[in-house]
Amino acid sequence: MTKSELIAQLAAANPHLRQPDVELIVGTIFDEITNALARGDRVELRGFGAFSAKQRDPRTGRNPRTGEAVEVSGKSVPYFKPGKELRERVNGGPLQAPKRSPRGTVTPS
Amino acid sequence: MNTITRAQLAEAIYAQVGLSRNESAALLEDVLERISAALESGRPVKISAFGTFSVRQKGMRVGRNPKTGVEVPIMPRRVLSFRPSQVLKARLNGEAVRAGDE
Repeated sequence: MTKSELIAQLAAANPHLRQPDVELIVGTIFDEITNALARGDRVELRGFGAFSAKQRDPRTGRNPRTGEAVEVSGKSVPYFKPGKELRERVNGGPLQAPKRSPRGTVTPS
Repeated sequence: MNTITRAQLAEAIYAQVGLSRNESAALLEDVLERISAALESGRPVKISAFGTFSVRQKGMRVGRNPKTGVEVPIMPRRVLSFRPSQVLKARLNGEAVRAGDE
């Protein structure tokens, strides 16, 4: 699914909204998350997941073509940690403890 | 560092679009639910200038309880991964986004 497909689905489900408004709604959500991360804030959406920015230290990298050492400055990278509910849905339902047969019995096959 | 939640995102929709607060919150939930449903069915979700959520299949491997050292099988499973777009990465570092990047 792409952003435009998401907008199309949402517009079809909400016929009382104008298409530009639906685009603005979807755009606002991702813009707000982006702005929060750019400010250094985190975004926590319970059940869905949390977006945060992780700091990467400066390091000495190499130009893969020439093998020459180059200084890579520290930077901030976006990170998404899926929430419990979404993690379970993607994996096909709530996680189960591994099944084990009672001690000393043979599991019928 | 502040934490942004559904309330602030719904407030932003309310301020931008001029729908009621209730409807703004419901639409935010609708968007999150549609993304979740697509991922649940194994389809990737690609949001341009933001990033791509995709589902990856992991094979079975042998893990170990770090406390007891007992080996336990880790069953095959599906996990979610998020790959940020170049635009989002640039925004976090206050860099200009080059035209043509996504």
